[in-house]
Amino acid sequence: MLLISCPNCGPRDETEFHYGGQAHVAYPESPNDLTDREWAEYLFYRENTKGTFAERWVHSTGCRQWFNMLRDTVSYEIHSIYGMGQPRPNLSASAAAGTSAKSEPAQPGEFTQTGEFGQTEPGLAPGAPTTGAPISGSTAPTSSEGV
Amino acid sequence: MAETATPAETAHVNRVRGARRSPAEHLADAFTSGSVPGTVTLTEIPYQAMVGLRVDRTSDAGARVAAVTGGLPAACGEVTGTGSVNTLWLGPTEFMVVAPEEAHDSLGGSLVSDLTTALGTDAGQVVDLSANRTTFELSGSHARAVLEKTCALDLHPRVFKAGTAVSTELAHIPVMLWKTSDESYRIFPRASFADFLGRWLLDAMREYASPEVP
Repeated sequence: MLLISCPNCGPRDETEFHYGGQAHVAYPESPNDLTDREWAEYLFYRENTKGTFAERWVHSTGCRQWFNMLRDTVSYEIHSIYGMGQPRPNLSASAAAGTSAKSEPAQPGEFTQTGEFGQTEPGLAPGAPTTGAPISGSTAPTSSEGV
Repeated sequence: MAETATPAETAHVNRVRGARRSPAEHLADAFTSGSVPGTVTLTEIPYQAMVGLRVDRTSDAGARVAAVTGGLPAACGEVTGTGSVNTLWLGPTEFMVVAPEEAHDSLGGSLVSDLTTALGTDAGQVVDLSANRTTFELSGSHARAVLEKTCALDLHPRVFKAGTAVSTELAHIPVMLWKTSDESYRIFPRASFADFLGRWLLDAMREYASPEVP
């Protein structure tokens, strides 16, 4: 059972939530120009990440609000919870020696979960395709951390 | 301003009221016999007037609605209002107003029409949800022990204080749980779950009717 910290209601059992799939899947700018295959890929094709994954959740039994979560699909560790419409926090920013332009995103006060977990652990985002700065080859892509 | 029922309409409603059956009415005797006075008691408070509100509480419409309800809660757990009309927080822009049966427009009250008038044409909604849920009152020194058999939340008084209400799950069904005083809880299950939850609570209460095993 996951204990998920809803941005509005605080920590609640996983059974109060529903899963919303991969986060940050942008609606196509001009849907009419897409081929059937491209449209099908937008609708149905999702990442199958082993490692840190950005996903959407809704607190269906509580405040009925959606939020984003950065969760490790191997260890189930929740790295970050942030609001809808906010960019994915870059967990590896600190590991990349500050060369990445994307530092920790500024969050509104209500989403205080960001950065509470795993900020100091490098290499926790292997296999995540949208991670900005890839870590040098020292980290095995499928770390056994937390298994 | 608000349209309320005429005396003739109210008389008609009162005749029809006799035919009503509340969601847990068939359990009333079981609630009485299953209650242990002084330890834990369960009763149904039927037919309370409830109104679902959706409004941005920081907007002008929110201020007008708040003037009718006696304030709108700002965060999870908060309950506003004093006396008989209270507003429970359901979400950042969603609230539930709970009032006695007599506050309903069909019985001469003006709660729903007042709220509708206050919202006006602004964004939001006022929905009469009086038939959506029923109310159980669980009270007594062991009421918390009964709830803790199924509720995953921390119900200890240092966390769950009197005067707060949360929406959560009891026995795997979604309910609103409102702690009205130190030893008294109001539970709002949807009508179709009332039979199940009523029997579930009776079963959970049964052990407290027996002498405590030392």
